[in-house]
Amino acid sequence: MYDVTYHRAGSVKEALSLLEAADDGKFIAGGQTLIPAMKTRLAAPSDLVDLRHIADMKTIAVAGKTVTIGAGITHAEVAVNSEIMAVCPALCHLAALIGDPQVRHMGTLGGSLANNDPAADYPAAMLALDAIVVTDKREIAAAEFFTGLFETALNEDELITAIRFEAPEKAGYGKFRNPASRYAMAGVFIAKNGETLRAAVTGAGDDGVFRSAEIEAALSADFSAAGLQDVAVAADDLMTDIHASADYRASLIVAMAKRAVAMANG
Amino acid sequence: MTDVTMTVNGQTVSGSVEGRTLLVQFLRDSLGLTGTHVGCETSQCGACTIHMDGKSVKSCSMLAVQADGAAITTIEGLADGEALHPVQTAFKEHHGLQCGFCTPGMIMAATDIIRRHPEGLNEKTVREELEGNICRCTGYHNIVKAIIAASEAMNADSTKAA
Ligand SMILES: Cc1cc2nc3c(=O)[nH]c(=O)nc-3n(C[C@H](O)[C@H](O)[C@H](O)COP(=O)(O)OP(=O)(O)OC[C@H]3O[C@@H](n4cnc5c(N)ncnc54)[C@H](O)[C@@H]3O)c2cc1C
Ligand code: FES
Ligand code: FES
Repeated sequence: MYDVTYHRAGSVKEALSLLEAADDGKFIAGGQTLIPAMKTRLAAPSDLVDLRHIADMKTIAVAGKTVTIGAGITHAEVAVNSEIMAVCPALCHLAALIGDPQVRHMGTLGGSLANNDPAADYPAAMLALDAIVVTDKREIAAAEFFTGLFETALNEDELITAIRFEAPEKAGYGKFRNPASRYAMAGVFIAKNGETLRAAVTGAGDDGVFRSAEIEAALSADFSAAGLQDVAVAADDLMTDIHASADYRASLIVAMAKRAVAMANG
Repeated sequence: MTDVTMTVNGQTVSGSVEGRTLLVQFLRDSLGLTGTHVGCETSQCGACTIHMDGKSVKSCSMLAVQADGAAITTIEGLADGEALHPVQTAFKEHHGLQCGFCTPGMIMAATDIIRRHPEGLNEKTVREELEGNICRCTGYHNIVKAIIAASEAMNADSTKAA
């Protein structure tokens, strides 16, 4: 790792001005992606601006069906939060499946979204829940936020402060974990609210998280695992790598969608 | 160089570190607390697990400066003088180690698992919770047994105390 100058921000405003003053600075939240990237020199920032002590980014608010989660909230905190559990238990389930306990104690929602790893879990939830990503400058709909592999709509100097969504009537998440890395080889988040239904897939797409038209059409007709019995997902835009072929991932997507809908139906 | 101050095993310690110094390097090289091991140094194996402000974290995956002001507990801080911590005792009794390399991280992870599960533990939960810790020797079986036994012993103790 190249040497780096560390700064600790106490507020969003301070974080932004520290970053602006830096030569080639980067925010650091849980560090669970950034520190490994710095070790391998894939990232070599001159300065780090630590967000972990910004109290404003560490709140969870549930008002009726509206859920607002601070970007600095860790995966471990989401996993056991009773307010989120009461309105959207699928999100707690998802958070509990990220990495391992030690990673969940440090890793944050904001860091995960900013990183937009194609195999990360939260992007699927955000897309299916039609969440809003709140930054220091604007609000971005999830559908516009994730723009490709490790790519987002964020500007270099833009800070995610929170996310917000309306808890759906039903939601579920099915994940097939890579046994070594624990990232998703296919993860499907399904959310249903009245006639509105979204099924978002992570871990499998060539271009990152996406909505599956095939799964959505089948579930609109029959919202159950049986409704997915004869569904085939096209492998054309799916990823092939050392972990799995596109065809295998296509089959995993249907299997994980079945689990997700079973969970959604409780 | 940056000055850092933190509480390690109950004592306030200070030191001067580079921005890039990992917490595990600070603990081992500056403080001489070599009980915390480095296995992979790539966030996979959990040998470097310590507690920061009461929660298990991988000390190879954070910088010493990130821990400035925090309360750290390492394997050296678990025993009460000569009296081993119940998790240490259980690892000894149930033969939860062979070479011992993974053991400090296993025990720090285990104490955190027991803290988060006051309702008690079963084999499935322990195996899931140990996802961040790799052992090359034991096949995990006796580690899982030791953690369940320690959890039972600690719960029995706290019921007695109450
Ligand atoms: C062993 C291991 C297993 C893992 N398994 C999984 C898994 O199964 N599923 C999964 O989804 N993830 C997994 N992860 C990744 C983990 O969830 C990370 O915590 C997460 O991707 C990044 O969050 P962080 O808070 O650690 O961010 P950091 O590493 O601190 O930062 C990541 C990037 O985001 C930027 N950033 C951070 N916060 C903000 C913000 N608020 N606004 C703007 N930019 C910001 C940083 O500048 C950096 O570029 C795993 C990680 C490890 C080490
Ligand atoms: S040495 Fe830290 S996880 Fe392996
Ligand atoms: S006892 Fe040897 S690595 Fe676990």
